[in-house]
Amino acid sequence: MKKWECVVCGFIYDEEEGLPEEGIEPGTKWDDIPDDWVCPDCGVGKEDFEMVEI
Amino acid sequence: MNPIVIIGSGLAGFNTVKEFRKLDKETPVVVLTADDGRNYSKPMLSTGFTKEKTADELAMATPEQVAEQFNVTVRTGVHVAGIDTDKQRVLLPDDHLDYSSLVLALGADTWTPPLEGDAVGEVFSVNDLMDYGRFRQALEGKREVTILGGGLIGCEFANDLSNGGFQVSLVEPMGRCLPMLLPEPASAAVGRGLEDLGVRFHFGPLAKAVHHGKDNPDKLVTELSDGTHLESDVVLAAIGLRPRIGIAKDAGLKTNRGILTDQSLRTSADNVYALGDCAEVQGHVLPYVLPLMASARALAKTLAGEPTPVSYGVMPVTIKTPACPVVVCPVPEELEGDWETEEEGNTVKALFRDRDGNLRGYALTGDAVKEKMKLNKELPALMP
Repeated sequence: MKKWECVVCGFIYDEEEGLPEEGIEPGTKWDDIPDDWVCPDCGVGKEDFEMVEI
Repeated sequence: MNPIVIIGSGLAGFNTVKEFRKLDKETPVVVLTADDGRNYSKPMLSTGFTKEKTADELAMATPEQVAEQFNVTVRTGVHVAGIDTDKQRVLLPDDHLDYSSLVLALGADTWTPPLEGDAVGEVFSVNDLMDYGRFRQALEGKREVTILGGGLIGCEFANDLSNGGFQVSLVEPMGRCLPMLLPEPASAAVGRGLEDLGVRFHFGPLAKAVHHGKDNPDKLVTELSDGTHLESDVVLAAIGLRPRIGIAKDAGLKTNRGILTDQSLRTSADNVYALGDCAEVQGHVLPYVLPLMASARALAKTLAGEPTPVSYGVMPVTIKTPACPVVVCPVPEELEGDWETEEEGNTVKALFRDRDGNLRGYALTGDAVKEKMKLNKELPALMP
């Protein structure tokens, strides 16, 4: 399980937690998130996220 | 064919470039910027001490890298002298540049009230990456910071600098944190969260003057209207932002608080567009990333030949105060209604309902921020 950080606003997507409110189940891998998904805080696309080491 | 000219290399300018190049790989694009042209994200400037990032580390790309990646020209350190909208020409100090379309992505200026004292020139504001670099340098080896203003930027910096080990004093004349964005119980929760980190608040008085210390001229003394003298190493002003409208106004474009545009981001001049912090889109001045990104995507389509109005959905604002997280969906101005508030410790859920009982805004702090997405579904779009 990895975490991904939005380079624009700092929002963190945690694969372990998912985003159940948006219909993304806990455990959903980054690669399995739809390509048109955008950051819930700032609206940038998936390409503006970077993997962060924990 | 004359190029598309974009003035500004902040998130608005560079995201317009990026979105446009997804649709059109060929049309020449020139970006003009008064800054050094490095690509960075402004929101990240207020978490830099927590993450221990220098200005260089926050820069995601040099202007040369941006130029190469997106096949555009980036001209840095250029101060635009004017715009001739009849000739479709940008006037530069020694030169000019004709455009097919012009995009104003000028951003906003920090606004500081008039202060007296012999150290006014040493008051910092952090409005771009270059400011941030100078601010970090000034703080090297120092310990105490006075922040003027308890709005979004003031509170974010108070949290970030406290995390970085600085003793922060914060002056806010309106008497509470985030007074323009939050109802009182939510402001109080943020205040408690920051106080627990060690932030010292001075609510009520205004800053009147900033002097050099009498005994130690390296120190700065901020004099408040209630007679208090606050000593610190550095003073940071975070009072407010004003859209940059000067060159647009001088060129005869219609302006109000910002540069006026219709829903397709068209200004009052042909082939001139505006977006981001400098724009007033159908009456909305929203200096946040979410509306900016929606605007950049719509404008990119328009520039690529498919006229596209921008839609603003629900526009919540996340405030980066991890000591007490905040998400707020501001209530439309002059809307009548009432706040309903539930409160437990620093968790506050405040819902604003209009006279017909419809949810029109919210303010969430602490654990209540998790309810954001659920509440967003109940809110009407800001500009469908």
